[in-house]
Amino acid sequence: MTGGYGGPDIITSCTISVNKGEIVTILGPNGAGKSTAMKALLGMLNLREGKITINEKDISNLSPQDRVKEGISFVPQTRNVFTGMTVQENLEMGAYLRDENFQDTLNEIYRLFPILKEKRNQFAGQLSGGQRQQVALGRALMIKPSVLMLDEPTAGVAPIVMDELFNHIIKVRETGVAILMVEQNARQALTIADRGYVLVTGENKFSGTGKELLNDPEVRRSFLGG
Amino acid sequence: MDFVNALVLFSNFVIVPALSYGSQLALGAIGVTLVYGILRFANFAYGDLMAFGTMFAILFTWFFQSIGISLGVLPTALLAIPFAIIIAILFSLLIDKFVFSYYRIKKSPPVTLAMVSIGVMFVINAVVRIIIGPFDRIFFDGQKFIMKANEFKEMTGLNEGLAIKSTQVLTLVVTIIVASILFWFLNKTKTGKSMRAYSDNEDLALLSGISPERVVMITWIIAAILATVAGTLYGLDKSFKPFTYFNNLLPIFAAAIVGGIGNPLGAFLGGYVIAFSEIVITYAYKKFFFYLLPESLEPNSLIQLLSTDYKFAVSFSILVIVLLFRPSGIFKGRVS
Repeated sequence: MTGGYGGPDIITSCTISVNKGEIVTILGPNGAGKSTAMKALLGMLNLREGKITINEKDISNLSPQDRVKEGISFVPQTRNVFTGMTVQENLEMGAYLRDENFQDTLNEIYRLFPILKEKRNQFAGQLSGGQRQQVALGRALMIKPSVLMLDEPTAGVAPIVMDELFNHIIKVRETGVAILMVEQNARQALTIADRGYVLVTGENKFSGTGKELLNDPEVRRSFLGG
Repeated sequence: MDFVNALVLFSNFVIVPALSYGSQLALGAIGVTLVYGILRFANFAYGDLMAFGTMFAILFTWFFQSIGISLGVLPTALLAIPFAIIIAILFSLLIDKFVFSYYRIKKSPPVTLAMVSIGVMFVINAVVRIIIGPFDRIFFDGQKFIMKANEFKEMTGLNEGLAIKSTQVLTLVVTIIVASILFWFLNKTKTGKSMRAYSDNEDLALLSGISPERVVMITWIIAAILATVAGTLYGLDKSFKPFTYFNNLLPIFAAAIVGGIGNPLGAFLGGYVIAFSEIVITYAYKKFFFYLLPESLEPNSLIQLLSTDYKFAVSFSILVIVLLFRPSGIFKGRVS
């Protein structure tokens, strides 16, 4: 993928792939194009070169909404819940594009995130940061996506909540969804990730399994603080 | 007995009129607040949209009267409302398509859209005056009173009468029906929830696949329905004069802001807050205290805080006070 916001290219020949039942994390210093790469996958940015495929289907020219229908679901970093709506309504909105009965998926989400079932009639705006992130994850899963993209899911939550969230993300992987996340907490992210990409100035600098990257001396020195 | 007389007097001149006036403002304020919540601008053309819808209710009323259709004791306008609503909806969608959508696609700032709506306001204003003229029109027919003041006096033997106009009861009944359907729609249906979601967090609504065109269209439809119903009820209760509808924009905006702009339930309650404030402050209490106080303390002035000519000053003051001290509205605002 090569593209940008109209000026110079932010990402150049950057390749990212994720398989079903796999967690892939994108790391990199500030301004490396992590979020831009994510936006390119979502269709919020025009590509100059390259293509995006999902389940062997080329979706490079689809609008963001049409990509949601193809099975890409995204959890933004901030403002990722409907604060003035109840938890259950948030989840229902996640299934907006589904016409069939989604009660099964709803039960599945409540099984993954038991706290949401307990608080289903509360406004999402009244929940704690960690619970909100669970609502956000749940909303994104309601469409039964093939790929779930997370933009810094643990930004701004307490360390103890962070571990819990990572556990939830692992549980989501077990349902067979492909998970792609941008993460600042590189070490933890690599610990749970199957594979990782390190982007520098919009290019793939390193890639490998989580373990390989964690043990790579150069990656350690540059991004993990030794 | 004096106490009951005072109470009846107060009901007759304050409570009953404020309830019906409040209902009319409430319906209008919900329309303003929905447009603000979804399209994110203050629609100054709303008062004139009300006049436009009411004008067609009047034209259809005249048409039905001319071919001899009437509803007996009920005003013929009730029959005309659905037809007027259809025209108001088409008109709103047309304006959106040719005016507002351009600025929406350009992602103009809300203040630009508000200015554009002032332009639209002048145009609708002119259209209404060209079609029906600037004069006062009374289009009420059917039975005027449910209870006359004299009947009440005879019935109860009190000095004071309580008159209840049929338009006042009609306003309340229609408001309860329309508001119930609307809140059911917003809270229970998928489309209604998607509107609330869009108003709450536009980006996330788009990520969930909610179509903005559809949400915007439904918002205009609801706004046109509310404008026509509220305008026609107001016209039946008082009279129809285009200028009055333009004036009513102020109390309607005050009601929407008092209730926390973007919050339909708040706007609904805000309508009554504004109506009661206007009428309570501009009512002359001389007779009221005449009943309640001993003879030695009898007031010799009107005891009126403000002349009724200044009733808009009341809305305006409330508007300013709320914006200064509780900009998110006096009710529990939206959680965020």
